[in-house]
Amino acid sequence: MDHADIRGTFFIECEDLMEALNDGLDRIDDSWDTGADPETINAVFRAVHSIKGGAGAFKLDTLVRFAHQFETTLDALRAGRIMPEPALLHLFHRAADQLSDLLQAARTGAAVEADNSAALVRELAAAAGDEDATSDADAEDFGFVPMALTLDLDMDAAPLPEGNRRYAITFSPLRGLYSCGNDPCVLFRVLADLGQLEVRLDRSRLPDFDALDWQESWLSWELTLETDEPEHQIDEVFEFVEGLCTLEIRLLSDTPSPTDPGNPTAPDPGAPSWDPPAEDSTPPSSGTLSAAVPTASRDNEKSSPPRATVRVELDRVDRLINIVGELVINQAMLSQCVQDEGVPPRSPIRTRLDDFKSLAREIQESVMAIRAQAIKPLFQRMSRIAREAADIAGKQIRLVTEGETTEVDKTVIERLADPLTHMIRNAVDHGIESPEKRQAAGKFETGTIILSAEHRSGRVLIEVRDDGGGINRPRVLDIAKSKGLVPEDAQLADEEIDSLLFLPGFSTSAVVSDLSGRGVGMDVVKSAIQALGGRIAIASEPGKGTTFSISLPLTLAVLDGMVVDVAGHTMVVPVPAIIETLRPRPQDVHSLGAGEQVVAIRGSFIPIVDCGAIFGYRSPVRRYDSTVLLLVETGRQKLCALVVDGIHDQRQVVIKGLENGYGRIPGIAAATILGDGRIALIIDPEEAVALGSGDPSLNPEV
Amino acid sequence: MSKTILAVDDSPSVRQMVRLTLVGAGYTVVEAVDGQDALEKATAHRFDAILTDQNMPRLDGIGFIRQFRTLPEGKGVPIVFLSTESQDTLKAQAKEAGAIGWMIKPFDQAQLLAVVKKVAGA
Repeated sequence: MDHADIRGTFFIECEDLMEALNDGLDRIDDSWDTGADPETINAVFRAVHSIKGGAGAFKLDTLVRFAHQFETTLDALRAGRIMPEPALLHLFHRAADQLSDLLQAARTGAAVEADNSAALVRELAAAAGDEDATSDADAEDFGFVPMALTLDLDMDAAPLPEGNRRYAITFSPLRGLYSCGNDPCVLFRVLADLGQLEVRLDRSRLPDFDALDWQESWLSWELTLETDEPEHQIDEVFEFVEGLCTLEIRLLSDTPSPTDPGNPTAPDPGAPSWDPPAEDSTPPSSGTLSAAVPTASRDNEKSSPPRATVRVELDRVDRLINIVGELVINQAMLSQCVQDEGVPPRSPIRTRLDDFKSLAREIQESVMAIRAQAIKPLFQRMSRIAREAADIAGKQIRLVTEGETTEVDKTVIERLADPLTHMIRNAVDHGIESPEKRQAAGKFETGTIILSAEHRSGRVLIEVRDDGGGINRPRVLDIAKSKGLVPEDAQLADEEIDSLLFLPGFSTSAVVSDLSGRGVGMDVVKSAIQALGGRIAIASEPGKGTTFSISLPLTLAVLDGMVVDVAGHTMVVPVPAIIETLRPRPQDVHSLGAGEQVVAIRGSFIPIVDCGAIFGYRSPVRRYDSTVLLLVETGRQKLCALVVDGIHDQRQVVIKGLENGYGRIPGIAAATILGDGRIALIIDPEEAVALGSGDPSLNPEV
Repeated sequence: MSKTILAVDDSPSVRQMVRLTLVGAGYTVVEAVDGQDALEKATAHRFDAILTDQNMPRLDGIGFIRQFRTLPEGKGVPIVFLSTESQDTLKAQAKEAGAIGWMIKPFDQAQLLAVVKKVAGA
């Protein structure tokens, strides 16, 4: 544990705090008209406050300054001086986004636009009704001085023999000194560290036992201290007993000293100390944080205690997952051995082995669950995206998230960020209509985008649902025709038109907008989802809205695989990619030109790609009587038939990366180990098809 | 025997900082994540000193000090109040609740050690 570790902890902590902050702001959004819950406001305040506190310790001044103003304005809200109106909440959201950017910048050491921060600080100050702060927003004078954390401790001051001064100290505790935990003995030890100390107890005031009031303080002390330390060091020792004792510090020797012997306590104005008059007479100074602080969160005992968690490095979890993968493979091998040995079905070994199998599966699921994370942080990022996109597009959008607690593999979440960002931007840009249009259509001016996640039959279903105008099918078809994506005379069903959106190079926007039209189309979204082993679908109803549904596997570590035979080699094809399997009849297979062959399935011609040929096991087969065709769907929205020689089995396989050992192999996604100990390559259907159709970018000379 | 200090803060990095500083100087550090947690830990074990933050979920620093001081176990244990806020009303409240003193966060390690030494002994 060192400084850098703590800094790391701080940034991780800030992620949680940002989440709490965004969460709180969202909740205030939902309830501003009915009155925001004080505890929610308090939680938001606390999050910003904690970020400021930590940032100060790490000398992240930019962050501290920004957080400070944010906090001040939030405090005005907390104290009821300003109301949570939509405009203010919007400002808070932007401030939260900026805070997040500043944190990110502090973490990576990247530069961040100072103008943006300064402008927001001014806006925040103005919102709090604090005109003064607008003028000196950049000044550091807010009674909060960040101090750097020094790691070399220099506590043991070496006493110098020369320049010593002698002080006489009279210390008489008052009633109340002991009750808050002061111990004169501890103080004297600290004093003794400063130099030579003599202590004399004065118990002259101690009454007879029967007259003794045990709560009263009867003892006092006469101390003589010889030290070369400056006098404020002595004052500092008595810092916490100030007001709880009578204290007199007098300089005894003739050495000139600035001390005024007439001043009994002489506190150092700079040293932290109690300010006794503040207790009853001083009203809270205007413009600073007011007295609402301590009561606000006192009745929170009823809220649930934080769940105990452990932070573990991802590496360790991955290692564990690997080992569990080995265990699953080992179990499969054991089953194979038992099978080969001809052990009778009812034997105890078989029973134990079945137990082992179910335990192994349980361990595997539990370990996978460790990698799983709630999708919430991703969704929170999306609400920022939606907000920013709506601002640019001049639309009013409400992003509603559902099923935020749905857990998905961490890697899946990470790789989902880009496609989801694009989909949200699309929904804002193309889905939701302008406020005028919406009004004309009799809708609320504010469009709603619902982002939801749920588990459904072993997969995760994510939906982006907007209540916009729906897909303009005639226009989509026109564009597709004008771009030559479909023949001029094509008659397409609604669903077919919808899926044109996924074609590469398709963009419905007449003008390339600032938002979604960045040369990235839905085809990229689709291939990103497919790379995760997922599928994406569209449903749209004119005037009502559009829904994009993404279905993803729960994890990237295991896969439902179809174990197939390719020219004598055992290979695995991911089941989700396979739409259909069939045995072709000879009369259905047709040749096109030199090498290309197609198969006629229900009236459409589907190209055939021989897996054995593309992986170099054989030259392309010509007769398909003994083969099986796997119909797969590829990114280009085309079906393709992969030729294999037979199907052995369908089972869960543990994915083993190949790239560390072998580099990238075109057409191969990864490998797995089968029950008999043999390694089987997992085919990447998309690439296999591309290889088969002679895509030069996949030429296997690596 | 080494002195035991209870560090109460909802921020793990602050707790770690306190731990790093005090353990290095020979103290034993126990952590509590909020006032409620602190109350449970401080009644179960007698600490030589308690350092508490103010803004925490469930039970804040002043609330903790007040409740703790009403208990028999809460008498005479020095409690240092840590706050990023420097306003006097809060200080006064903490003092009235029974804190021995206060420190402004962020503090450097030497400051922290000096304060702990002053209230709990070396």
